[in-house]
Amino acid sequence: MSTLITDSNFTDADAFYAALADVHRDRSDAESAAINARLILLLANQVGNQQILEQALAIAGQVHIKE
Amino acid sequence: MASTYTNPEYPYRRSPDQDATQPVHHQVIIVGGGPAGLAAAMDLALHGIDSVVLDDNNTVSVGSRAICIAKRTLEICDRYGCAQPMIDKGVIWKHGRVYFGEEQIYEFDLLPEQHHKIPAFINLQQYYFEEYMVDRCMEMPQIDLRWLHKVAEVASTANRAEIVVDTQDGPYRLSCDYLLVADGANSPIRDSLGLESKGQIFEDRFLIADIVMQADFPAERRFWFDAPFHPNQSTLLHKQADNVWRIDFQLGWDADPEEEKKIDNIRPRVEAMLGEDQQWELEWASVYTFRCRKMDSYIHQRVIFMGDAAHQVSPFGARGANGALQGVENLCWKLAAVLDGRAPASLLDTYDTERQHGARENILHSTRATDFMTPKNAVTRLFRDTALDLARDYPFARSLVNSGRLSTPCTYDDTPLSTPDRAEFSERMRPGSTCLDAPIAGPEGRQEWLLERLGNRFTLLLFGEVAADARQQLEAALASLDREGHHTRALWVLPQGQHAGRDNEVVDTEGVLAQRYDLRQGGVYLIRPDQHVCARWRTLDPDAVAQAVHRALGKTLAEEQAA
Repeated sequence: MSTLITDSNFTDADAFYAALADVHRDRSDAESAAINARLILLLANQVGNQQILEQALAIAGQVHIKE
Repeated sequence: MASTYTNPEYPYRRSPDQDATQPVHHQVIIVGGGPAGLAAAMDLALHGIDSVVLDDNNTVSVGSRAICIAKRTLEICDRYGCAQPMIDKGVIWKHGRVYFGEEQIYEFDLLPEQHHKIPAFINLQQYYFEEYMVDRCMEMPQIDLRWLHKVAEVASTANRAEIVVDTQDGPYRLSCDYLLVADGANSPIRDSLGLESKGQIFEDRFLIADIVMQADFPAERRFWFDAPFHPNQSTLLHKQADNVWRIDFQLGWDADPEEEKKIDNIRPRVEAMLGEDQQWELEWASVYTFRCRKMDSYIHQRVIFMGDAAHQVSPFGARGANGALQGVENLCWKLAAVLDGRAPASLLDTYDTERQHGARENILHSTRATDFMTPKNAVTRLFRDTALDLARDYPFARSLVNSGRLSTPCTYDDTPLSTPDRAEFSERMRPGSTCLDAPIAGPEGRQEWLLERLGNRFTLLLFGEVAADARQQLEAALASLDREGHHTRALWVLPQGQHAGRDNEVVDTEGVLAQRYDLRQGGVYLIRPDQHVCARWRTLDPDAVAQAVHRALGKTLAEEQAA
């Protein structure tokens, strides 16, 4: 079974984070939401493997928003 | 306020220059007796260059200010002969904790790599750092340190700089071949010459409260995002020498600096953090804002800018004073070579290009840390909080959490002074890199360190056996370089298990040198005077060595520019 990588796998984590912030700079909330959706779909296709995607979805789904 | 430190008072001394009828000429005058200026004086002194250091004050840093001294800075100071008191006094730490809201989300051990003489970094108040540098400067006969001599006017032409210096005995004039300016972030000299340092201002304010306390928690770095005692802002706790603890509270742009500095306003913040039972006293408080900016060129005719005057970064990541010292050591061997007539004046231009690269890297890292800590909009706040939340359980997210990265020296990847690799080597010590230390043994098994042996001259590291005829050719090539004034030392490195017989032989006792430098039998490295790699080969070619030395001295560049 394929396993989701949860140790760091970035070639340059800081550069990625900075680029992520940049793509959202001066965007409306609706634009940012759309950018995030597009990004998820692009990266999901890159990952491809359904087992891995489902593990990522399971972790992502565990949100606890403080009301 | 508590006081663990009393600032030394260095007396004003009248210089014979003040009685001269004509302005006295010096090769080098340095403006500013802070870390950059003092380091430059020591570096030049070790190259045999005299300098005058002018400072408008009579003491070291007032307040602890910069407290994180990185490994490379200590290695540079070790070359100057003042690192040991810093290491002895400083606090060595390697454990850190990161909190988000109520919870610790993770802790880390830096686990520094073994087999280095100097620790990964220490925490030490800036006043101690400067005081130990001043002590060392005073031992060096090449350095003429003048306190309470304030530079009032600067004029530069293509071949000299002229200044007016104000003192309590009235003004006097001096001239010099080169004026090195390290008069701080708000550099009055930069302004007076109509030059600018350009960049970004960050709209945020931070309160530093340095407190003295006997605490039973260890010397570790604690960083809170959105702490319960200081909601929606970051807080940092860090230990310094003399049981002084640095607390750094993010306040936001709307905070009133004068109000926040008052003890009555600091007390409740510290009590909320440490509890009302913890005994402490305030030692120093400051409210700061910061910018990331640099000059487009650090060189203006015969005036050369260094340190914060040339480039300024946010405090996160400790790249201000640490970056300044890397710039100083980059400049000083070049200036010494130019003043001695061993290199073309254009070699100095590479101080600008190499350290522009260094400043861009430092500004990039400190800007990223700032942006992570202080999200600029709702979506980046969401990403930050999500990274922090995931970091508790998933290690990958910890690599995104950025409360300041350790200051590491930059690699001069595109410098024209390096000879590109022809052979396959590992990336780590590629041309442009700062040399890594390694334990070695000299004759009679004496324990030494590689960086001590590299010193501040061109050094050729040769690993293992070299054929007798190649060795002879090398000696001829080195003798020829010597005649041109480009003394290059050969250091023969013998593999583990062998014994050093001669003074220029050392043994790679732990095999660490060969490993770090990806060296095999017959391999060769050429090291610059600032301990950066400038060329490497799998086999010795004495002609290539001579060419690489010429290239590193800017001669090839000067010929190309002339052609």
